[in-house]
Amino acid sequence: MTTYVFDGSFEGLLTAIFDSYDRRDKMVDLVWNKHYQPSMLADDYTVISDSEKAERVWAGLGKKLTQKWGIMFYKAYLSEDPHTFKDLFNFAHYIFDNPQGAESNFGNSYVMAVSKMDRKVNREKHRMKAFIRFQKTADGIYYCPVEPDFNVLPLISKFFKDRYTDQQWIIHDIKRKYGLFYNLHTVEEITYEFVANIDITKTVLPAALQDEKEALASLLWKDYFNSTNIPARKNMKLHIQHVPKRYWKYLNEKDGKN
Amino acid sequence: MERIREKLNILADAAKYDVSCASSGSDRKNENKGIGNSSNGICHTYTEDGRCVSLLKILLTNHCIYDCAFCVSRSSNDVKRAAFTVDEVVELTMGFYRRNYIEGLFLSSGIFKNADFTMERLLRIVKKLRLEERFNGYIHLKTIPGASPELLQEAGLYADRMSINLEMPTEAGLKLLAPEKSHEEVKKPLGFIQNTITQYKDEKKTGLIKRVPKFVPAGQSTQMVIGATPESDMEIMYSADKYYKDFSLKRVYYSGYIPISHDTRMPAIGSQPPLLRENRLYQSDWLMRFYGFNVKELLNTKNPHLDTDIDPKLSWALRNLEQFPIDINTADYRMILRVPGIGVGSANKIVQARRFGRLRSDQLQKIGIAYNRARHFIRCADSPFILNEPDSLHIKGLILAESNSKYLKTAQNQLSLF
Repeated sequence: MTTYVFDGSFEGLLTAIFDSYDRRDKMVDLVWNKHYQPSMLADDYTVISDSEKAERVWAGLGKKLTQKWGIMFYKAYLSEDPHTFKDLFNFAHYIFDNPQGAESNFGNSYVMAVSKMDRKVNREKHRMKAFIRFQKTADGIYYCPVEPDFNVLPLISKFFKDRYTDQQWIIHDIKRKYGLFYNLHTVEEITYEFVANIDITKTVLPAALQDEKEALASLLWKDYFNSTNIPARKNMKLHIQHVPKRYWKYLNEKDGKN
Repeated sequence: MERIREKLNILADAAKYDVSCASSGSDRKNENKGIGNSSNGICHTYTEDGRCVSLLKILLTNHCIYDCAFCVSRSSNDVKRAAFTVDEVVELTMGFYRRNYIEGLFLSSGIFKNADFTMERLLRIVKKLRLEERFNGYIHLKTIPGASPELLQEAGLYADRMSINLEMPTEAGLKLLAPEKSHEEVKKPLGFIQNTITQYKDEKKTGLIKRVPKFVPAGQSTQMVIGATPESDMEIMYSADKYYKDFSLKRVYYSGYIPISHDTRMPAIGSQPPLLRENRLYQSDWLMRFYGFNVKELLNTKNPHLDTDIDPKLSWALRNLEQFPIDINTADYRMILRVPGIGVGSANKIVQARRFGRLRSDQLQKIGIAYNRARHFIRCADSPFILNEPDSLHIKGLILAESNSKYLKTAQNQLSLF
C-alpha cells in the first residue's frame, strides 16, 4: 500500500490518478495533505499537481463516462470530503479498467459512493438556491452571506445569473472566504478583501449599509412566514428536517429562534 | 406601513388553506433581460407545520359574497376584512422575489361583486407583473368559477398554472356545505382551459406559427377538503382519478379539514385535523401517478378505506402475496416498483446494476432500498431457501415491530361512515 499525498485540488486529484497508472501502483491510499501525518514506516509519495496530466485524465474520463457522470464526478469532488477523494480515485480506476458503461453498475461500491455523494452535494446546492436571502444594500447591490456544508457556489452561479439578470448581487461564502459578484454582465469570483468592510460575525447588515426599504421588506417576509403557518398542524420535527437548525442563522424568517 | 402589515397578515392567513405550493413544471425563461424564471420548483422555507413555502400565497381580498360553511372567508363569518390594491400586490411580489424569498405568486381571491369583476382584477395584477415589471417568475392564478371565457383565455397567457377547487370530493358533500356551488361550475372552466391548452399545443405542432405564446404551461390543479364531509377514501380517490383523467390535471391536492367554524355539520373546533388520512391519500396519489397502480387496485368495494397502520403500497402487497416474492435479478421493472421499500430511484438502479451480475442483499442495501421491509417480498442472489409459505399477518407484524411511525402514537380521528 502506497500513500499518495495530494493538495486537495481537483487538478491534484486527477494528477494522482495519472501518477498511479504511470507508477503502476495498484494499492493506493489517497490522503489530503491537510490531514496528512507522516509516519516512519509508510511508503509515501507526494503528488505534484500538474495541469497537463490532469487534463489527460479528465479527457480520458470524458471519453468513458457520460456527460452526466462527468458532472457527478466533479460535484462529488466539491464535497471536500477526504473519504470521497479516495472514492473518486478508486472510481476512476474502476472506470478506466472496465469496458464502457461500467458507471451504471450500482452494485459496485465506488459507483454507489460517488452517486451518493453527488446526491448530497446536489441537496446542498438546492438548499443554497432556496436559502439565499438577499439584503439590498444602500448602493443597490443584493448581498447574502452563507456557510454551505459543501463548496457549492460554483454550482449555483449560473442559476442566480440567469434569474437575477437586472440586479447586481453578491453571494459570500463566509466559511471558504470567497464570493460571487454579478456586475450585470458577468459573474466574477471575489476574494475576502472585497467584502472586508462587512462584519461577518453578524448576519444582518448594519442599518447604515442597508437600502431604506430593506428593513420593511424583511419584516413583511417574517410576517408572511408566520401568517401562512397553520398552528393546528404544528409539526416541528418536519420543520427542522426541511430547515435544519444550522441554516437558521442566515434565514431572516427564523432569526432569534434557536 | 402598519396598514400593509395588517393587510398581509389578514390576506395571507385567509389564503393558507389552499395547500398547493408547486412552483415547478413551467419553462418560462428570463429572455427579456427582465427578472426571474420559472422552471425550478424550489421550496424557500418551511413553516412550523412542516409545509413548504415556495410562493407568496395571498388573497386579493377576503370579502366574499358566498357563504360556504367550510371556508374561513365565508360572508357570515365575523373576521377582519381587507383588500390589496393592484400596486401593493405587485410591489410585495417583486420585493420578495428580488430578495430570493419566493419563486413567485399564488394569487386567489374572495368573490366580490361578481365573478368577472374579481377575475378582471386578478388579471390586471398578473398583466402588470409580466408586462411592466418584466417578471418571469412563477404565477399560480385561481380561476374564478363563472368568469367569462375571454377573461380566462387572457389570464392563461400570463399565468403558469391555473387552478380551481372542487372543495368537497363529491357533489353531495359540496351541496351539503355550499348549496350555492356545484361541481358542474368547476368542470366548465377546467374543461375550457384544458381545451385551450391543447389548442395552443396543436398550433405549436403544426409549425405554421413561429412563436406560439405560452398558455398555462404548468397546467391545472385542484384541491379537495378531506374530513369535513363523510366520503370514504374510495370515493375521494375515485373522484381524484376521474379528474386526473378527464381534465389532464397536473395535481390533485387533499387538504385535511381544519375546523374553523361551529357549524354542526362538520367536525367541531379544536378537533385534530386528519393528518394521517391526508398522508395516506397522498401516498395513494403517488402510487397512481408514479408507480403504475390503478386506483381500483388500491381501493375497491372490498377495501373502501386505506389502512391507517400501514401505507397503501404495503397494504396492497399484503393483500396480493401470491404475486410475491419476486426475483430482483429477473423481475420486470414494473414489478420491482411494486415492492414495498423500493422507490423509483432504487428500482432504476437495480435494473441497471443487475446487468453486471446477480445482485446480493448487501448490494441492495447500499443501493438504498428499505431492506427490512422489502426482504419479505424479494429474492436475490444470496436469499436463503424458504420452505413455508409467507403469511400476511406475520409479515405485517414483523414490519410494524420495526417501524416507528409518529402516527401510531397520535389519536386517530377519521370520520366513521354513517
